[in-house]
Amino acid sequence: MASDSKPRVKVPKSASAGEVVTIKALISHKMESGQRKDADGNLIPRSIINRFTCDLNGQNVVDVAIDPAVSTNPYFEFDAKVDAAGEFKFTWYDDDGDVYEDTQSIEIA
Amino acid sequence: MRRTITTQLAATALGLILAGAAWADPVEDTLVIDTDDGELEIVTKAPAPDHLKDVMDTIWSGWHYREDETRDLQRDDFDNPAMVFADRGLDRWNAEIGANGESCASCHQGPETFKGLRAVMPRVDEKTGKLMIMEDYIQSCVTERMGLEPWKVTGDEMKDMLALISMQSRGEIVNVAIDGPAQPFWEKGKELYYTRFGQLEMACANCHEDNQGMMIRADHLSQGQINGFPTYRLKDAGMVSAQQRFVGCVRDTRAETFAAGSDEFKAIELYVASRGNGLAVEGVSVRH
Repeated sequence: MASDSKPRVKVPKSASAGEVVTIKALISHKMESGQRKDADGNLIPRSIINRFTCDLNGQNVVDVAIDPAVSTNPYFEFDAKVDAAGEFKFTWYDDDGDVYEDTQSIEIA
Repeated sequence: MRRTITTQLAATALGLILAGAAWADPVEDTLVIDTDDGELEIVTKAPAPDHLKDVMDTIWSGWHYREDETRDLQRDDFDNPAMVFADRGLDRWNAEIGANGESCASCHQGPETFKGLRAVMPRVDEKTGKLMIMEDYIQSCVTERMGLEPWKVTGDEMKDMLALISMQSRGEIVNVAIDGPAQPFWEKGKELYYTRFGQLEMACANCHEDNQGMMIRADHLSQGQINGFPTYRLKDAGMVSAQQRFVGCVRDTRAETFAAGSDEFKAIELYVASRGNGLAVEGVSVRH
């Protein structure tokens, strides 16, 4: 799955100190639930992203446990309070052990 | 008592008429897309091209016929689910997948070298005199230059690449040639457009010209413009190319369809594209 999974994030380039900004994070992933069967009636094994985290300057913003009911290409939108300039770090954990990462910096205007 | 019922009936009837009126026409709205490079306004409504002046005054992108939520998805590149597929196309563009390690990039550099191409496709190839849709050009690269097995015309690899190349011409005005060498193909496409097919005996024109703006069961009929293709279809949670949509439309008339990439559907693609001369390429659109 690793080769097909591509993270995308949207973070404002700058914010005023103490401002609450909206962050959007999406990753392309088929999110196979483990409930479906293929044409021959065999169960298709579960293969999902099971955890997503976002940190700002080492401090956790969100930590999401994801279960099989979440649809393909999971998309999270959440708010974060920005006190100082720094870097958002996004991490997705795949069932198969792969970890996908993305970072985005933000300035204080 | 009786009077109350009559009033209620009248009110209900009025409600139905109003609801009908609200649905009858495309929505007046403006598409401004929030892109990585700032805002981009897309021409989604234009005066009809000369060859259509007899049948309609204005051409509308299918975007105007969709609900608010669906239209909004296209206003922001991040919210547009089709971008995932264009991104995937870019990965494949750079991948050394050819028999001798060729990639798209090794011949064509970046995809931006194809800026403007989507707006003039389909077109007649100068060397061979054949009508080419974008899939034909991609396929000839894949099989002849890269030495690979042909890609499925409506397969994921093909549609990802269509999405990537189409994105390079986003905002440019569709202007396919319908004269000169293209004319016989265009005439053929026009004939097919007005030919009734299938058990339901419906031509393209019956829905998309005679009844555009009306409801066909739960669907709001558009003009069938293809300036937005390839499009992310919410129903399929995936990309749909114009060729695929033609198969779907003809199938819905309960006919045996032509194949995607057949001469018939290529001619139809040229003709339908020419009905949208004046609208902007939407890159990758979102429809339901």
